[in-house]
Parts: sequence; C-alpha cells; structure tokens
Amino acid sequence: MLVVKNLSLSFKMYDKGFRQRTVETIKDISLSVTEGEVVAIIGSSGSGKSLLAHAMFGILPNNAIVNGEMYFNNKLMTQEYIKSIRGKEMALVPQSVTYFDQLMPIGKQIVENNVTKEAQRKAFKRYGLTLKDEKLYPYELSGGMARRALISTAVASGAKLIVADEPTPGLSEELGKEVLQNFKELADEGCGVLLITHDIDLALQFSDRIYIFYDGTVVDHIKTEHFLSGNIIGEYAKALYHALPQNGFSL
Amino acid sequence: MNRIFKRSNVVFIGKTLLKLLVLLIALSIATFALVSISPIDPIEVYASGNLSMTVEQKISLEQKWGLNDPPVIRYFKWVSRLFQGDFGISIIYNVPVINVILDKVFLSVALMLTAWVLSGIIGFLLGIVAALNKGKLVDKLIKLWCLVLASSPTFWVGILMIMFFCVKLDWFPIGFAVPLGVNEQEVTLWDNIHHMILPAITLSLTGVSNITLHTREKLIQVLNSDFALFAFAKGQTKINFVKKHGVRNIILPAITVHFATLSELFGGSILAETVFSYPGLGNVAIQAGLRGDMPLLMAITIFSGVFVFIGNFTANLLYKIVDPRIGATNE
Repeated sequence: MLVVKNLSLSFKMYDKGFRQRTVETIKDISLSVTEGEVVAIIGSSGSGKSLLAHAMFGILPNNAIVNGEMYFNNKLMTQEYIKSIRGKEMALVPQSVTYFDQLMPIGKQIVENNVTKEAQRKAFKRYGLTLKDEKLYPYELSGGMARRALISTAVASGAKLIVADEPTPGLSEELGKEVLQNFKELADEGCGVLLITHDIDLALQFSDRIYIFYDGTVVDHIKTEHFLSGNIIGEYAKALYHALPQNGFSL
Repeated sequence: MNRIFKRSNVVFIGKTLLKLLVLLIALSIATFALVSISPIDPIEVYASGNLSMTVEQKISLEQKWGLNDPPVIRYFKWVSRLFQGDFGISIIYNVPVINVILDKVFLSVALMLTAWVLSGIIGFLLGIVAALNKGKLVDKLIKLWCLVLASSPTFWVGILMIMFFCVKLDWFPIGFAVPLGVNEQEVTLWDNIHHMILPAITLSLTGVSNITLHTREKLIQVLNSDFALFAFAKGQTKINFVKKHGVRNIILPAITVHFATLSELFGGSILAETVFSYPGLGNVAIQAGLRGDMPLLMAITIFSGVFVFIGNFTANLLYKIVDPRIGATNE
C-alpha cells in the first residue's frame, strides 16, 4: 500500500550572514505499510518522525528538500498525486486539538471536501460522540473526546491508509489503550495504519511491525512478536529490548 | 443568539455606560480648560469683522456670552444647561449649537462612513491577496504601496488628488458639497455623491495601508498554523481554506484594528474637509477653535468622543460574537 524508498529530508537554512546551509533531518529511510496491519515507527520526541508524515501529505514548509521516492498503491507520489489522494485515500490523524480551527464547531470542520454530513455522523456514532457534540467548539472538548473527534475525521473520509502522528501523549494509560485499540480495529477492517509514536509500551501492544527510528534514520525493523519474545537480531533493537523496565532495565 | 442576551452581558453594558460617562466628564473638563487658557478672545475675533463696534457693545456681548464669570462657574453653568438638553448658542453662527451640528453632521458622517467602509474592504482584500502570494511580486507591490500611503499625510494626498483628478482630468469638482450657483432645491443626490467621492477616497487611503498590512500578517500566521496544515492534509485547497477558515480567523483582529482607526478617521476628516472645503463638522470644528466658539467646540468634542467610544464599544461587542471563547463563562 505504502512504500517509502531511501527517503531523505533536509532544510535550507541561513547561517550568519547569507551563507546557506542545509540541515538533514531524515536520512535515507525505507519502510512499507500493507493493508490490515498496524506499523509503528518508534523514536524519541523531536527526532523528526512527524516530518515523515508531513512529507507524505505534502505539507512541509517551503524550504524543505525531499529526496528519495514514496509510492502509494504502486504509484509514485508526486506533489500532484499527493494532492489528489490526501483526505480521500489517505488520512492524517494529528497530535492534538490545536489542529482544529478554534473558531468553528468540530462537526462543521470534519464535513469538508469529499466528506458528507452522513459520513461524519456515522463516524461520530462509532466513537460515541453525539449530535450535540458536533456543535462543540474545540476548546470545549475533553482530552478523550478530542482524540475521538480527530480519529472520526480520518474514518469519515473513508481513507484506506491512516497515518497517526503521536496519538497518545498526555493521555492516561487507559485512554491511550482505547485510542490504539481504535486504530487496531481500523487495521482489522482492512486499512493500513502507520503509527508514529514515542510510547514504546503502547506501540508494542497494538502493532504488527515496528521501525526503530533514531537520529533521523531507521536503525532497526522487526516484527512485534519477535521483539516481544526476545528473538532479536539487530544490535539497536537488542539494546532497546534490554533497556525496557520489564526486561532488566540494563543500559 | 442566546449568548448575547445573558445577565453577564447586561452587567457588561452597564459598566460600559459608566465608563462612557466618566470619559465624557473628563473630555469636557479637558476641552474646557484648554479653550479657557487659549489666548483667543472671542470678542476680539468677533469684533475684527466689525470695526464700528463700541466698547459698550463689547461689554454687553461679554455679558450675553457669560464671559465674565470665572472658568469653573462657567463650566458648571454649561453642564447644568447641558442636563436640560441645551448645548448653548454658537457664537459664530448665532444659532443653537445643536442646529449647527445637525446641519453638518450628515455630511461628515456620510463622508467618514464611506471612507471607513471603503478602506476596510479594500484593505482586507489587498491583505488577503498579499498573504496568498507571500514573497511574490504582487505581495511586494502591495507592501510598497502600503508603505508609501502610510507615510503620506492626508492633506498632501488631498492636494495631489485635486491637482490630478480635478484640475488635470476634470473628473470631479474641486471643493464643497454641492455645485456652486445652484438652488438648494435643484441639488441632486448625485451632486452630493459626486462631491464626496474624492474626499472619501483621500480619507480612506491612509486607513487602507493599516488594515492591509495587518490582514496580510495575520493570514500568513493562520496559513502556517497547525490547523491549516491539517486542513491541507485533508485535501483542502488554499482558496477554500481562506474562504472557510481564513476569513473567520482574521476578521476579528481586522475589525479590532479597523474600529480603533475611527479616532484617526475623525482627525483625518478634519484635514480632508479643509483641503476640499467640504462643509462638514471638521470644518466647523476648525472655525470654532479659531474663533473661540466655546459652546460649539465643546459640543463637537463631546460628539466625537461619543463617536469614537461607540466605535471601540462595537468592536468589543463583536469580539463576543465572532470568538466564542471570549463570551464563554462557567455555566
């Protein structure tokens, strides 16, 4: 469904004076997501994971330079192709409620472009949001409702590929589990889910495969069940495995 | 609409009216004090056009206008008459002040309102165009245009306008609000509008740059915000985004800025009216100041104070409607 090949991402910046300099944030990463699976990219906060999602949706700032290739359903993702499929074939679930327009009730914001009112109501119903809730402004939502409203946006669009950018920070363990369970269900229904997170524990519980992201690149790629059983080949993954509290906390 | 008629809003309006009262008291005292210490002697100004006036006549005028009392007494006499709805008699026109104002207010308000609406709409649209084309030639031209306008004084722009559009092209009349030598009954509405166009454009020009640059800045901010990114990721186009979310998010600060310029507008209208010999309140205010017409000047000051206050107050009320977070209370 989604294949990323040797993707690099850098930014043009100005040094002192007018000397231009490029800063590389993502180096040569490759990954894939297929139908029916949850793929997690785990890495520390601020390591550039979100930029990968932004590159996929064509919403990088103007000074970004993208090298490498991305394919969606075996078709090269050019800027035009991205524009034609975003919000329809693939949907982004952003981090927080600040990604809503603060001055408009949430229902109205979800019904945009190709999303119908019926689709939005159906998605709301699925996640336990009522007709009254769609008239709420973003600032009136509780943390849990905000998460459900954000995921409704993706579900209402009917997208097959769902990219969740840090869906759990600031949530209680219980709520975090509920959120990831929702993504897992979507995968069971045949969607491909790309989960970008720094929460290793939750990611391990709900994903099929994990990519370990460190210092701008993917250092290891492993099936979740292999990781959980300690059946690990890669050095970094091995070190990470042993650093987890339940596996001895050794550094 | 329930939001607007809550008890908290009634309290809010009550407080606002109290503020208005305090403002008017302070304003009237300040104006009165300034006119009192000004070296202009209304009797001398009045007499300068009439050389045959005797000393006795001057003294009786002084008595009639109540200039013999100390300033504080005169102020309280003015206030007590004001509470009976009497603004006094204008010295230079020799008719009740209220008649002078009612006579001129329509022309001035029409002029200012036209200029205000014009500069608001033009500025807002230019700002949006500039923001959407940030960094491109269009944006640079609009910015340059704004900086040139912002640094040109109203009266100078007015003179240029007259030189170009009235003298050279002969499209518009040079001054006044009605054609010269025409009976009052024969003056058409078109005549009025035709005379108002140039002063209104002149007056609106300086306001345009303010609102344009402000709108541009705000829209660029909105276009770079998280929710803009998300909207684009959902497949929203830039134009549709501006229509659906952009305008909603920038109209509030734009309204604020624009209502705040009402006070500048009042000042600007005095200059524009003078340059175009437009017989509105601005011109009357200048005459009243130059000839020491205390009652008239006081009334105009009060009127402009209320005018500016209503402008700011309207902006405050509009916030509550446009931004639900401001009107929200714990219920």
